[in-house]
Amino acid sequence: MKNKLSWFAVPYVVWIALFVVAPIILVVIYAFSTADGSFTLDNFSRMGTYAVVFGRSFKLAIIATAVCLLIGYPISYLMSREGPRFQRVGMVLIMLPMWMNFLLRTYSWMSILENNGLLNRLFQSIGLIDLYNQIAMALSANPAAYEPITHFQLINTQGAVVLGMVYNYLPFMILPIYSVIVKLDRSLIEAARDLGANTFHVFRRVILPLSLPGVLSGITMVFVPSVSTFAISKMLGGGTEMMLGDLIEQQFLGGAYNPQLGAAISLVMMLIVVVCMVVMNRFGEGEEQAVML
Amino acid sequence: MKKMLALAMILTTVLTLSACGGSSEEERVVNVCSWGEYIDDSLIYQFEDETGIKVNYQTAESNEALYSLLKTGAGDFDVIVPSDYMIARLIDEGMLAELNYDNIPNYALIDDAYKGLSFDPENKYTVPYTWGTVGIIYNTTMVDEPITSWDAMFDEKYAGNVLMIRNSRDALAAALLDLGYDLNTTDTAQIQEAYELLADAKNKGVYQAFVMDEIFNKMEGGNAAIAMYYAGDYLTMRESNPDLAFVVPEEGSNWFVDAMCVLKDAQHKDEAEEWINFIASTESNLANMDYIWYASPNKEALESYPAYYEETYGEPLDMGLYEIMAAPQEVLDRCTLYENLPADILTLYNDLWTQLGI
Repeated sequence: MKNKLSWFAVPYVVWIALFVVAPIILVVIYAFSTADGSFTLDNFSRMGTYAVVFGRSFKLAIIATAVCLLIGYPISYLMSREGPRFQRVGMVLIMLPMWMNFLLRTYSWMSILENNGLLNRLFQSIGLIDLYNQIAMALSANPAAYEPITHFQLINTQGAVVLGMVYNYLPFMILPIYSVIVKLDRSLIEAARDLGANTFHVFRRVILPLSLPGVLSGITMVFVPSVSTFAISKMLGGGTEMMLGDLIEQQFLGGAYNPQLGAAISLVMMLIVVVCMVVMNRFGEGEEQAVML
Repeated sequence: MKKMLALAMILTTVLTLSACGGSSEEERVVNVCSWGEYIDDSLIYQFEDETGIKVNYQTAESNEALYSLLKTGAGDFDVIVPSDYMIARLIDEGMLAELNYDNIPNYALIDDAYKGLSFDPENKYTVPYTWGTVGIIYNTTMVDEPITSWDAMFDEKYAGNVLMIRNSRDALAAALLDLGYDLNTTDTAQIQEAYELLADAKNKGVYQAFVMDEIFNKMEGGNAAIAMYYAGDYLTMRESNPDLAFVVPEEGSNWFVDAMCVLKDAQHKDEAEEWINFIASTESNLANMDYIWYASPNKEALESYPAYYEETYGEPLDMGLYEIMAAPQEVLDRCTLYENLPADILTLYNDLWTQLGI
């Protein structure tokens, strides 16, 4: 430590020690022990079995993060160019859903996406499902054998899980990007224009690189909760395809109580996430602002 | 920096520990942990008014979640209300206290049918709270003929319209029963076969989802045709969707008893027994039954419930519903209690369940 630690930092240090460092140490200890407390590596040797679950979780989290970025960046960018009044209202609209409980929000998506839910009933009433059936029957090789659908399969799909993640975590992408872009020095943009850059070049050469720190922390803040989610996958994914969060939860609250294995899976997941973040932050190197992990 | 950190950690630990040690001796308290929506709340206030004992009422999600709360020491409970097989496991592991039945005179009101069961053969640890059956709930408008067999849970005919319970013990029990095996079997070949049946149905797309509480939304809204769940919860769902029917399949099923127990390291054993006695009374059992739709083990309460219902609501109770709540003997004859499985079988259950999810 270069600076002498200020006394004001003590509560923070205590907090971090108690609620961040100590739990991580516990996770590590648990991961390497058997039920009676002796050292073992068994918990890790079983990890290969769960490779599919790891793969599925990371795949869905990466898709959700990419979608959040694709939606979140333009929103942040466009919003930052509007007047202060618009920005305030926009901010409130983005934050508004977050005032409601997370589970409640996800629960309402269930009612919307169900086979007999709001969306499917809407499609039914505007004749979309009939239209689909007619087209599909006309295109099928054997129209007599065609079985008409009664609904579109929306819930209990991987798409629904990604939708749930995007919906819940999008504000975490918008907020950091927006707060970086809104603080950009306007004179840099003006200078770029004076030097002959068109709108695209201004964006590509000035705004984008300068907003990268916001993008990187947005990615982190969306990716990490997405990869470890379990409530969303249970509620919108139907629970037929397990995700990492489900797998870990099952070790603690499932039939065979095995917190050691749960800790080991958590540890491996944390390591993979940290590696991902480090690799990604490499791209952001050279920027003025450090990106918080 | 490092020293400071260590100091801070020690300081907080000491503070936390000393905070846990001290407790006021004046106030009488009992800490109860049960399931969600599993008591008529007014009983809690009534008990507090009558005895002056404060009730800290908490809930756990499942037997397994409760077990993990107890194991990690996260829950500081006096009274818990686990199910049969979990009670057996807790007794096995020496986590329950023997009750002093002299303090629980209402125990005499509990029907002998719910005493001396496999989980507490000598009646030393438990006072039954509720009992019920597990079966198949189905939407009569979405199936061609009445469901009578566990086959329906594995039948391709209903692909995409079946909800399987998200709980390894219950899901595998359905498969074991469908194959004609005992649901407490420890024969790994039979369990493996049951798993194959489940996995095969899953791969064929029979299951729309694996659910617990989400089942209410899905069955009430007509989003699925067939599901496996508890009789008491069926009665709740039926209030919103009268098309739903319930059956205890012909191959048999699980019947369960949830019972009140006191933990060995309970701080308020006297208060705990007072609470248990209060809940075991006929009045409390009637109020609970009316509220949660689970059958009471209190003989008088169970028998007088139809009269109580008629008096309260001014209309006779549908005896068909009463028999679903309190299954008659000929149904119970084909039902079996879960027994606590040995550790290696529990591990096998968990491994197979994980494999199913992958």
